[in-house]
Amino acid sequence: MTMISSTVPVGASFAAGSELDWAQSLVPGLVVLDERVPPNAPWSGVVAAGQVLTIVDVGGNQSGDCLMYNTADHEERYSVPDTLTWEQNAYVSTGTVLRSSEGRPLMTVVGNEIDRHDTIGGACSKESNTLRYGHHVMYHHGCRENFLAEASRHGLGVRDLVSNLNWFMNVPVETDGALGIVDGLSAPGRRVAVRAEMDVLVLVSNCPQMNNPCNDFNPTPLRMIVVEPS
Amino acid sequence: MALSAPRDQHTTDTVLNARSDARAQGGQSTEWMPYLPASSSPFAPAGTDPASLVWGEVVAPGGYTHKVVARGTRIRFDDPTGNACANLVVYNALEPTERLNVADTQKIPWQAYLGAGHPLLSGDGRVLASIVADTSGRHDAFCGTSTDAWNERKYGDSRPEGPTPSGRGLLVKAAAKHGLGRRDLPPSISLFQGVRVDSDGQLGWQGSAGARTYVELVAELPLLVLVANVAHPLDPRTDYVVGPLHVHAWRGRATGPTDARFGTAPELERAYLNTIDYAEARGL
Repeated sequence: MTMISSTVPVGASFAAGSELDWAQSLVPGLVVLDERVPPNAPWSGVVAAGQVLTIVDVGGNQSGDCLMYNTADHEERYSVPDTLTWEQNAYVSTGTVLRSSEGRPLMTVVGNEIDRHDTIGGACSKESNTLRYGHHVMYHHGCRENFLAEASRHGLGVRDLVSNLNWFMNVPVETDGALGIVDGLSAPGRRVAVRAEMDVLVLVSNCPQMNNPCNDFNPTPLRMIVVEPS
Repeated sequence: MALSAPRDQHTTDTVLNARSDARAQGGQSTEWMPYLPASSSPFAPAGTDPASLVWGEVVAPGGYTHKVVARGTRIRFDDPTGNACANLVVYNALEPTERLNVADTQKIPWQAYLGAGHPLLSGDGRVLASIVADTSGRHDAFCGTSTDAWNERKYGDSRPEGPTPSGRGLLVKAAAKHGLGRRDLPPSISLFQGVRVDSDGQLGWQGSAGARTYVELVAELPLLVLVANVAHPLDPRTDYVVGPLHVHAWRGRATGPTDARFGTAPELERAYLNTIDYAEARGL
């Protein structure tokens, strides 16, 4: 294929020479899915009950914005407040049960190679980018755009987008309530593994944000591996 | 003397008698009820012109309410006992797909704790409502409200008609009255029962700031407001304790460039600009 030129301003990709570590599944088992998500792109997949999804942070500190739905009833979906309330903790780490809007377990973090993940900061969007950075960034790509595009493949729309989880993103809450996205705690090849507690549709946006440190200002790929644990 | 049974207090053997019996019950008042017209509320906040009131209601413990209010409406929630917990979801009444986005509400202002000056943001980069007064300072944008699963585990019952209703169960009904379903209920916020995060991320329940506190919002767009008044999910008390919640609203003006709060932060100023841009284009 010949390269064509284009006048379209597209998002950034990782710099030449960036360290990439594709790693392997964090838990042993029969691989039933193994896909690579390019920088800036959305992804979705179904993880059946009992299967384990490993997400590899291939280039390090790449936020993977994530939403989950019960495949049998998409109205039951990931709920940040239920997850936080049942855990009585603001961060996601090993053992965290990711709960639905009905308070039921969707997935459980069964393996984890970084201190904690964020589920407070939500997703970036073209619209919220205008608040945070100014109207000049309106045509930057955002996670909400990825979620809308990928959700539409499953019959879901804007009514179905709720507060999400951000794998490999770091959002501390300080004692006075100050909160924000700061430099990440991850590195190339670090992984998290989540076991499905029911059949779950997983949507991921490989975050294209270039105005804050949620991907180290260097968007890199993610690898998604689903195994039937052995 | 024992009170007579309800059956013995009514003569309803014919339609005319039944009608008389029903009509004789009008004009009563009780501890929790809407006041119509709103100007007749005995709890109208001091300093408000009763004629400007558009909402006057006492929400029962374990009760819910909902209303569509005009852009610029000032909405006040009073906790007279220190035990109210106002669980809120707000929507752009003109396009309810635009709704409260708790993540943006915490992230964009760089502040997890709600208080005076805090915007309630939608996912569309606009301010649905502004918190303009707050004498409590004890609120929560982390835990949302209780689900049936939570209340069944905690109290053994979650039925909306029972003694320990879940907040979600009530919000589902409030939403349904505006054609909205479970998929339309995003994470909610709650007023009057505080939660704080410690250095390990532990969520700690603060409880209320005591009796007689209030919070005032300004509707920055035509607003659908859903309110459930239920015990906070992290309330450590074994019993289900929730007090009445007063809700009043009166006609007012949306935030504009002449208001001090308009330009207090660059993110906030752009959020108000986005909101005004939308309102102007729609002729609001």
